[in-house]
Amino acid sequence: MLAFILRRILQSSAVLLAVGLVAFSLFRYVGDPVNAMVGQDTTMEERDALREKLGLNDPAPVQFFHFIANAARGNFGLSYRTSEPVGRLILERVPATLELSFCAAVFVLFVGVPMGVYTGLYPRHWSSRLLQAVSLIGISLPTFLIGILLILVFAVTLHWLPSFGRGDTVKVGWWVTNFLTVSGLKALILPAITLGLFQLTLIMRLVRSEMLEVMRTEYIKFARARGLTNRAINFGHALKNTLVPVITVAGLQLGSLIAFAVVTETVFAWPGVGQLFIQSVQFSDIPVMAAYLLLIGLFFVLVNLIVDLLYFAVDPRLRSQGGGARVGGH
Amino acid sequence: MAAASNNQPLLEVRNLRIEFPTRRGTLLAVDDVSFDIAPGEVLGVVGESGAGKSLTGNAIIGLLEPPGRIAAGEIRLEGRRIDNLPYEEMRKIRGAQIGAIFQDPLTSLNPLYSVGRQLVETIQTHLPLSASQAKARAIELLQEVGIPGAEMRIDHYPHQFSGGMRQRVVIALALCAGPRLIVADEPTTALDVSIQAQIIALLKRLCREHGTAVMLVTHDMGVIAETADRVAVMYAGRVAEIGPVREVVKHAKHPYTKGLMGSIPSLGVRTERLTQIDGAMPRLTEIPPGCAFNPRCTSKGQRCLVERPNLMPAGATRAACWLHDSGGVGAPILKETIDA
Repeated sequence: MLAFILRRILQSSAVLLAVGLVAFSLFRYVGDPVNAMVGQDTTMEERDALREKLGLNDPAPVQFFHFIANAARGNFGLSYRTSEPVGRLILERVPATLELSFCAAVFVLFVGVPMGVYTGLYPRHWSSRLLQAVSLIGISLPTFLIGILLILVFAVTLHWLPSFGRGDTVKVGWWVTNFLTVSGLKALILPAITLGLFQLTLIMRLVRSEMLEVMRTEYIKFARARGLTNRAINFGHALKNTLVPVITVAGLQLGSLIAFAVVTETVFAWPGVGQLFIQSVQFSDIPVMAAYLLLIGLFFVLVNLIVDLLYFAVDPRLRSQGGGARVGGH
Repeated sequence: MAAASNNQPLLEVRNLRIEFPTRRGTLLAVDDVSFDIAPGEVLGVVGESGAGKSLTGNAIIGLLEPPGRIAAGEIRLEGRRIDNLPYEEMRKIRGAQIGAIFQDPLTSLNPLYSVGRQLVETIQTHLPLSASQAKARAIELLQEVGIPGAEMRIDHYPHQFSGGMRQRVVIALALCAGPRLIVADEPTTALDVSIQAQIIALLKRLCREHGTAVMLVTHDMGVIAETADRVAVMYAGRVAEIGPVREVVKHAKHPYTKGLMGSIPSLGVRTERLTQIDGAMPRLTEIPPGCAFNPRCTSKGQRCLVERPNLMPAGATRAACWLHDSGGVGAPILKETIDA
């Protein structure tokens, strides 16, 4: 088990190093940052001095090494756009994105899984068919369109919910949270639904097909023959057996919730890292873009690590591998 | 509920009829099947695949898979009618009064729960025991079905047991609330031959000790001969012959049963060839009029082609064959008609 975790951490580091290489190559190939930083009347000498100061004259491997070493310490250099430390810029924005993604994930799991269970248990019921049909819309409509439609209905027409921004926030340490004010919570609803709708339909359809599969197995039939209650069968025996594939997909989707927040944050003017990223692209603010890339990579790697550990919690067959199970013969 | 008198059967199946509505009409999978099981008795049910044995078993435990449904007839347990109970009522009977054992022990157990947990949840569903009492009972049961080191093994998961051991766990699960009847649907088919005998012996011993009756569905005549008190032979959804196992094996009265017995190899008796029954059991859509066995029967007469025989006394058994009716099988069939 410990060996497994160590191995996974090693693999994760390799993945992050690869992401780092991609991020680093941004510096080399996406425009000349010096041009973006200085005015028209800067002399060549001043430009060279700046180039030297930024370390742009070192050989590429050396620069890469510095980049990784600094990144590991949370130092991503200065933003070309605001000349602020990138680490601080991102840290300011991270809570907004994480809170949004968290709410979307809660929405996805707590609505998607029960809907999947329901449609899986009663596949022929009219409401299941309706949910199936509606879920097609969720899958096929693009995120920004859903966001705009939601704004049109709930903000513009009904005036129930705000259409942009985080509302009132409260600072807890360095973390700026939405969760402690009513207007902050209200501001979360529309973006979270927008962000989560696609994943929700995906999870629902996945849980549904897994449930249908599991309900046909012998051990469910045997559980019925043992006279267990429907509740114990549906939620104890069946649902747990659908969890392994669902955790896999849910983990991946959680990572992409954070990554796809870019579009939702743009639609709802949500001051998160996604929006920061869009602004940075417009200014070719490469240090910010590189740091963003690494951050998303880190989230993905972390989520996948957690998913791998969850497998162990759910499936005993994995736990005893290597432990040389199967005691005793016939 | 009727008071159980001394000679009242534990289970009564009367004129059971199971249908499958399909797009091309209704298929009759089990037709007019009747039999009794006395308390503590082992009734073997044999027949080819598709003869309706498993469906009858599933109907008794109330787990016919849709679209299959009981179209007519009654099933009574200790005098109480159980075939038309609401799901929740029937659920309380399953496991508590009627246990079930399925064919494949590898797939009968939920892979994600320890065997102990599966035992304890079944015990607690049916008996008012605390968690620790239920666990003590679970360990006892595992010891009873011959699992060594039960105290330790109770926390193991199904994949840590071999096939034979898993079937022992399944038997423990079927017995754990003390049912009066166990429906065992081919309990040894998926096991190694060397394990089969052990499992059958175990089932037989436990049921004798607990006074549990068994409906043993199988297509293995050897298992029946060794285990059952009485045997019902099914063919194309009907009972062809039913009687004490010794009589049916030694003095079969129905031509189909005779054919079945002739197909069993026996040690010590030198026979050049095993007899076989020509043809195959008809599909549900193609059951002929008259006796369903008539296309394959070598003793048939004109009457067999038009009139369907019901079970009638035939020596020490009861057989569904006109040979045993005073009216006989009717006029002989000319050779040409057989060929055509």
